[in-house]
Amino acid sequence: MKAVELAQVRQCYGDFIALDNVSLSVQAGEVLGLFGHNGAGKTTSMKLILGLLQPSQGQVRVFGDSPRTVQVRQQIGYLPENVAFYPQLTGFETLRHFARLKSAPLSQVETLLDQVGLQHASHKRVKTYSKGMRQRLGLAQALLGKPQLLLLDEPTVGLDPIATGELYALIQRLREAGTAVILCSHVLSGVEAFIDRAAIMAGGQLRALGSLPALRAEVGLPSLIRVSGMPQAHEWHRQLLLDGYQARLLGEQNLEITAHNGAKQQLLKLLLEQGLPQDVEVRQASMEELYRHYMQAQSRIDKGA
Amino acid sequence: MRAVLSIARKELQDGLRNRWLLAISLLFVVLATGIAWFGAAAAGQVGFSSISSTIASLASLATIIVPLIALLLAYDAVVGEDEGGTLLLLLSYPLGRVDLLLGKFVGQGLILALATLIGFGGAALAMAVLIPGLDLPALFSAFGRFILSAILLGWVFIAMAYVLSCRAREKSSAAGMALGLWFFFVLLFDLALLALLVLSKGQLNPQWLPWLLLLNPADIFRQLNLQGLDGASQLVGVMALGQDLPGSAAMLWSAMLGWMLLCLLLARRSILRRPV
Repeated sequence: MKAVELAQVRQCYGDFIALDNVSLSVQAGEVLGLFGHNGAGKTTSMKLILGLLQPSQGQVRVFGDSPRTVQVRQQIGYLPENVAFYPQLTGFETLRHFARLKSAPLSQVETLLDQVGLQHASHKRVKTYSKGMRQRLGLAQALLGKPQLLLLDEPTVGLDPIATGELYALIQRLREAGTAVILCSHVLSGVEAFIDRAAIMAGGQLRALGSLPALRAEVGLPSLIRVSGMPQAHEWHRQLLLDGYQARLLGEQNLEITAHNGAKQQLLKLLLEQGLPQDVEVRQASMEELYRHYMQAQSRIDKGA
Repeated sequence: MRAVLSIARKELQDGLRNRWLLAISLLFVVLATGIAWFGAAAAGQVGFSSISSTIASLASLATIIVPLIALLLAYDAVVGEDEGGTLLLLLSYPLGRVDLLLGKFVGQGLILALATLIGFGGAALAMAVLIPGLDLPALFSAFGRFILSAILLGWVFIAMAYVLSCRAREKSSAAGMALGLWFFFVLLFDLALLALLVLSKGQLNPQWLPWLLLLNPADIFRQLNLQGLDGASQLVGVMALGQDLPGSAAMLWSAMLGWMLLCLLLARRSILRRPV
């Protein structure tokens, strides 16, 4: 079932085109990473999905309906970038207020505060909260009413590494329970394991959309193979260079080889069968590298224009 | 509807928490009792003089102070949420923009109504208890009309503040505009009307001059409270024009309600157009 569908959406603010011909969909139980520089169109996309903007052209559907309907809104949880609350209210009062607005059971308030690790500070005023605590409270409010679609705009800002890990684990659990998640983030390292597909935006347009293996195949960025504890590493190094590989000798028995997808499997087979290394580590192009690749391609197009 | 009540509830709780309700109630009770007992001090009299003179003085004072309090209470209703970063979050909930405005109006309107009722009602009760031989039906009738019209006046200015709040980009500019609005309706309007009367040198049709008073809710409020008091001596300045207003008090009440509805409609239009 499609949780979100944007069909040829164009969004203009006066003469400025914030989104241009964007089409994408997110299925139930899928996590989509939405990446792009500031002004790429991420927040505008979020606002369209939330029904806060009416598209200038095209159509936005959430669970097959307009996102402006109350029924649809009740199924959406949203964590905005730099989330802010009423400083005079306590965390508990804040969540109760938002639970009432969403017609969510008030019994969820304590559970969610506990889930995001704010139980100890639930009766302290929000103005005394650190940025990380406000972010956790923001996450708790987004989870009110057990939403079927979760929009998270920069959710890891202000979170320490442990809290970030907990957040990703939570996203994983939600995905397994069938929740669709759209994750906007500038922090690209580490997201690979938690997203099903990535959408890369630039200048209001969708530059890339697909699973990470599909994007890697499309881009053709090489993988890095590190072999360690390999006898005759010097000879292997010389032979690899002769065969046209990029290879570096690291110490006496270690090698680092750059191989494109086509040659990677053959090379690995050869190394494992004849080279007999103690250990082999294969590192594929990360989300960060893919993003950089698409952004550089965009930059070249812009310069050309 | 539930969302409207939730917003109203929070506004009311905020009013209790930040002591707005208490402060306004105290201010009103002090002003009302002060005027009742010391209103004639300038004329060399101390002590209660009459219900009509008390109401007349109170109406003049309330014309100045009620709009100011209403504007202060409500000028940041929307722009404040936007500046504080909570507007985007609120609007992502199953809550229409008009629901948000309506909830704010119910909550803040209730704060002002309660404060007016407690403040001026308390003063009326004190007068009833402490002044022997007072015509109680006349006292409660005059104060009842005064309190109800003061609440309506406050609601009109709360709705006006919402129009500004929905249009302003920053809280500070909304505050500036609110002060400008207060200055216009409370101080400038009557002066402009007097200037018009003087400059026209009798050329204006005297039949429609009294209707100009209906263009200012503060003047409607004063008319509502001054009309029907003993003697026309209370109707000084442009208020004297009101003597020639045809129709009954019902028209003045309707005009006040009309102002409130008009401002609410304008606020509705403004919040629907506000970019988020």
